Amino acid sequence: MKYLNLIVIMTFLIGCNDQPPAKKVLPILGNKEIVGKDTIYHSIPDFSFINQDSQIITNETFAEHAYVVDFFFISCPTICPKTTKQMLRIHDKFKDVDGINLLAHSIDPKRDTVGALKRYARNLGVTADKWHFITGDKYEIKEIADDYFSIVIEDPDAPGGYDHSGRLILIDKNRHIRSFCDGTDPGDVDRFIEDIQTLLDEK
Amino acid sequence: MRRLAFVYCLIIFGAIVLVFNSCENNNTYTHGKILYENFCANCHMEDGTGLAEVIPTLVQSDYVILNQDKLPCIIRNGLSGEITVNGKLYNTEMSGSPKLTEFEITNVINYINTAWGNKHTIQKHLDVRKALEECDAEK
Ligand code: HEC
Repeated sequence: MKYLNLIVIMTFLIGCNDQPPAKKVLPILGNKEIVGKDTIYHSIPDFSFINQDSQIITNETFAEHAYVVDFFFISCPTICPKTTKQMLRIHDKFKDVDGINLLAHSIDPKRDTVGALKRYARNLGVTADKWHFITGDKYEIKEIADDYFSIVIEDPDAPGGYDHSGRLILIDKNRHIRSFCDGTDPGDVDRFIEDIQTLLDEK
Repeated sequence: MRRLAFVYCLIIFGAIVLVFNSCENNNTYTHGKILYENFCANCHMEDGTGLAEVIPTLVQSDYVILNQDKLPCIIRNGLSGEITVNGKLYNTEMSGSPKLTEFEITNVINYINTAWGNKHTIQKHLDVRKALEECDAEK
């Protein structure tokens, strides 16, 4: 019996071993450019889209907040419902926490009208003060997607078709990409939620 | 001493494997489960719970209980319009899975009928065939 306890304790020790006690800081992801003495990090460019309440959403909307972004469309028969379910988990977790918002980009501007997005948000039981569902010009959506996913594109082994990757991406209030995860993998999202907390604990 | 520890390790490992296996064997519709995961789980989720008021649940769904005879055609042709599931209103379009055969549809239904604590009566293949003939004729 003595050994049994020992083994159980050992297992836990091994499990915890590689966690440094020092405070974790999330890296800034994406290409960097060194200009003189400054490092310029990849940042999300200016954008302007419209949300489920017909409000214009720009970078200014997130000047004081970090946000989690994903790409979806309402009638998506593949992985989007799973990703949205994980976004909903994140929403519920940080519902009453200032400093973090959610942004869902529809990639189907034809069918996902403002009205349709409004209904979708209502059916999810969420409102625009926490979670924006946005649409806009088809080409602008494609372009901004490239910017969010540039971290992924750098990796030649990443599976293609990023607009269907179901990735969730964490952007800080300085427009920098700080973390991402696979929105179809609840375990990976657990880790991502910890990253969000780490970011909120920064400063 | 070492050897003893090793034996304990083996026993624990064996126990874990046993527990996992017994979980998986709770539902005997293995084929139905695989089909469910490929054709339905994207929307209804692996655990059948759906997505808020966008996609209805299949777990203890009164709609599933009351509409057993309609399930074959819902799976083949999809479903749209307003429906009420456990008191909640839904109105999102579900696309069908026309590629599934009668046998496969039977297996999916019986997986749903017995998974996640559902204890609905098993459907017979012949009943599924009859239901499918009726909705195919309507088209
Ligand atoms: C594209 C997403 C999607 C897929 C894939 C899908 N469903 Fe559905 N399902 C829905 C939606 C949305 C509804 C609600 C339809 C409505 O509002 O009229 C629904 C409703 C149902 C219902 C009746 C309501 C309830 O929950 O009791 C059943 C039963 C059902 N689906 C079973 C299945 C089965 C079995 C499969 C796989 C063969 C499947 N669905 C695949 C989205 C989907």
